[in-house]
Amino acid sequence: MKHTLTPQRYLILLAVMLTASVGDTLLSHGMTQVGPVALHHLGLLLVALKNPWVISGIALLIGFFASYLTALSWADLTFVLPSTAFSYVIVALLSRYWLHETISIYRWLGIALIVCGVGFVANGPSLTEHPTEQPTNRPVPAVALSAEERS
Amino acid sequence: MTIANGLETWTSITSVAATAVAGDILTAGAMRRIGDLDEIRAKSGLTGAIKAVVGSPMFLLGVCSMALSFFTLLFTLSVVDVSLAAPASAAMTYIGSAFAAKIFLHENVDRRRWFAAIFVCIGVFLLSR
Repeated sequence: MKHTLTPQRYLILLAVMLTASVGDTLLSHGMTQVGPVALHHLGLLLVALKNPWVISGIALLIGFFASYLTALSWADLTFVLPSTAFSYVIVALLSRYWLHETISIYRWLGIALIVCGVGFVANGPSLTEHPTEQPTNRPVPAVALSAEERS
Repeated sequence: MTIANGLETWTSITSVAATAVAGDILTAGAMRRIGDLDEIRAKSGLTGAIKAVVGSPMFLLGVCSMALSFFTLLFTLSVVDVSLAAPASAAMTYIGSAFAAKIFLHENVDRRRWFAAIFVCIGVFLLSR
């Protein structure tokens, strides 16, 4: 049986990509407002928790973990992991078109490779089929065989 | 900024990747045992789904591994340049996870998935340049 995803499950994978990249960006923006945190001034981290950008970033990263776990409950790790890498691409595109940063030819090449990698797995089955029962030497009743196996 | 020698640099980067892979494998294994979260949520609601996940010792061990990986990364960043540590550990994690998923989770890592892991690994490295 080939496991293909429903549109709702593709939306969860999209949430994995978007929440990771936007969450990291918001957290980074918030921490630049808070300023550097020295080891002997760790109390500043509590101040950071009052920053709205940091709060939004943490909320999105909690959303990322929830959607990542949901995806892992119906798809293989080797299917979900490349999707998480796609968030690097989103961050790079956000920095190019929103923050107007310059992207080198190496980065464009990296983006192209990640897109290809995600494309490879997206076309394949999402879950490995594991037999639930140990095979025995007894003959299998014809009724237990699928139509494909009988033919 | 690198103040560690070659062996220390690669030992710390490998430690980050190894703990990250352990976290990913344990978490994925736990989620496989728990079952489809969409179905659990439909039956027992969001609280039931959260209880099922948080009550799994394997999941908690996975989260501990992820936390250990995070603190190992912090230590690594204090002795190794971020431009080397971040992409190298991420790339090693992608390849390591593919191997570990095949061995421990018995996932069918076919040619398509190997290509994906290798492409993503090289892509992440190029993004850091």
